[in-house]
Amino acid sequence: MKTEKHDKILLAHGGGGQLSDELIRHTIQPKLKNDILAELGDSANLNLTSNSVCFTTDSYVVKPLFFNGGDIGKLAVCGTVNDLAVAGAKPIALSLALIIETGFKFELLEKILDGISRAAKENDVNIVTGDTKTVEAGAVDKIFINTAGIGERLAGVDLGFDKIAVGDKIIISGTIGDHGMTIISQREGLKFQSQLKSDCAGLAKLTCQLLQNNSGVKFMRDPTRGGLAATLNEISRATGLSIEINEAKIPVNPAVQAVADMLGFDVLNIANEGKFAAVVSPESADNCLNICKNNRLGKQAGIIGEIIETCDVPVVEIKTRIGGRRIVQMPYGSQLPRIC
Amino acid sequence: MLERIYKAQLLCDTACKTLGRQINIMEVCGTHTVSIFRNGIRSTLPKKLKLLSGPGCPVCVTDTGYIDTVLQLAGRDDCLIATYGDMIRVPGKGGSLETKQPSDNIRIVLSSEDALQLARDNPQKTVVFVAVGFETTAPATAVAVKEAAAGAVDNFCILSGHKLVVPAMRALLAEKNHNIDAFLCPGHVSVIIGYGAFAGIVERFGRPCVVAGFEPMQIIEGLAEICRQLAEGIAELKSIYTAVVTEQGNTTAQEIIDECFEPADGYWRGLGRIEKSTLKLKDKFSQFDALKRFDITETPGEDVSGCRCGEVLCGLIEPPECELFGESCTPQAPVGPCMVSSEGACAAWFKYGRKRKRA
Repeated sequence: MKTEKHDKILLAHGGGGQLSDELIRHTIQPKLKNDILAELGDSANLNLTSNSVCFTTDSYVVKPLFFNGGDIGKLAVCGTVNDLAVAGAKPIALSLALIIETGFKFELLEKILDGISRAAKENDVNIVTGDTKTVEAGAVDKIFINTAGIGERLAGVDLGFDKIAVGDKIIISGTIGDHGMTIISQREGLKFQSQLKSDCAGLAKLTCQLLQNNSGVKFMRDPTRGGLAATLNEISRATGLSIEINEAKIPVNPAVQAVADMLGFDVLNIANEGKFAAVVSPESADNCLNICKNNRLGKQAGIIGEIIETCDVPVVEIKTRIGGRRIVQMPYGSQLPRIC
Repeated sequence: MLERIYKAQLLCDTACKTLGRQINIMEVCGTHTVSIFRNGIRSTLPKKLKLLSGPGCPVCVTDTGYIDTVLQLAGRDDCLIATYGDMIRVPGKGGSLETKQPSDNIRIVLSSEDALQLARDNPQKTVVFVAVGFETTAPATAVAVKEAAAGAVDNFCILSGHKLVVPAMRALLAEKNHNIDAFLCPGHVSVIIGYGAFAGIVERFGRPCVVAGFEPMQIIEGLAEICRQLAEGIAELKSIYTAVVTEQGNTTAQEIIDECFEPADGYWRGLGRIEKSTLKLKDKFSQFDALKRFDITETPGEDVSGCRCGEVLCGLIEPPECELFGESCTPQAPVGPCMVSSEGACAAWFKYGRKRKRA
């Protein structure tokens, strides 16, 4: 058994031979048990009931691998689940590809696989196919993960930028900035204690609930990199319409705000991993909000603004707490910590 | 809160009407600049009240000559450069630390202590700490130098780019063409130097100086206090940041600065040479002075062609008046230093202040 002989990943674990086989059969497969994966075929066989299928992929390279509220494994499942969820789909199956550097501890790999397994169960989705590659130490930063996902679009659901109209309301499903600020505050070199916790979570159950009980949802997106600012600017650019949001209505965890202020970050630009922004018709907004608030992952949801006519060029504008106004720009790359 | 805002707005309105002309108030601190934009404070003020963003971002006022010296040291095999993150993109004549290749001897640190630790961890190299900042960061640099001296960390030294706020404010007011009616004085710096440090400016130049914190209400009420004084035709020194700023400031921090540093004439980007406006290490710490250790004479840099950061820092123009702004100079590819730091006036304008274009 590999665990008696090796406590670290060797190049041979990705070489297609005996060690590869042991890694898959004894370490990976037991954690991700399901009938389709058990076949270990070159492809997974899926029987879908719908011919309206959503398909997505994403790669995960987060540092640190383990953070308060999650790990790279949980993130790799939830991130892909969320991409399907906001497209109006129910996630069915995921693929899992691991690229691991030699010397990586089995103990950590198993912890990551546990994170993957738990997240998959929570989101009612199976890992049905996968791949493992090993590379020389330093060729990747410990471990990189890619997941792809297939989901079935819910019947009657038709989301898109083209549905959005003036007067539509914007809902955010909870506090913003939690994931990004947690990662930044746990990065090497930032030696302060904080209580921050990533919001990393799969949203499919909540989005399915929302879409099945409300026909007023027109568009959804998960504001990951670039944060809410990027998502709202994308909506504005794509529709040619402007957006007005109200700062006082945007839910922000005070600890997240404090760390963001201290490091000079704007929470609107910070990544989320368990939130969606939805554009909904004005008459459905209250009902949508109630559905969100009745779900564990949407308790702090809020209606934060609306779609408005464009005067000259489409802009996202925020009304600040003191009654001032400013434009919310598309974030322009990484922000640097300030020095005084 | 609304009531306080209305009261403040009324004072601003009254001042504009009483003076019957545009009022120019300079916020000296970069954190004020960002807070003013982020909270949309300009949009709540009377049109005739203009806020000028002053030389209060340490990155922005760093002379190109200093950057070129850092780059020169970064080119040495025996040196490790330890710098705050903001500095790596500041362009000098020969590029920036970000574009320099190879870049494996440049490390981003978050404090002077991290730089000192880097020296302890790399005894075979000399660690040069790129020490920039006003009176807020100077005490931390001084502590690191003292620790290095006490612990015999001989492979540590600093390239001091530390600057003093008050001499720069004096230099601005000594310019013939200045149009500054009053200063909203920096909050963080005042915690160290005390609001009493601005008394000379009020007395000699007759300009109101009000210290405020960074919350939007603090800024609005600070501006209102300035307007009250202007409307009454008086100039006073006042702090409304009473929670953390005293008249004397943090005397312990001041003593540490005095123990390690002495004021020296120095160069500011856009403002030129200002008498006794920078901090250089005292002779007893000269072994930790990178200039002396490597026998370098710092020469003033030339400002980049077309870049008007100097005029922005003096409050003579607003960033969009510069032809490079938002065209060849953006936060991704900054030409001038005011576009580099998140607290730079140009970066703040770019991020928060760009207006919708009129046809």
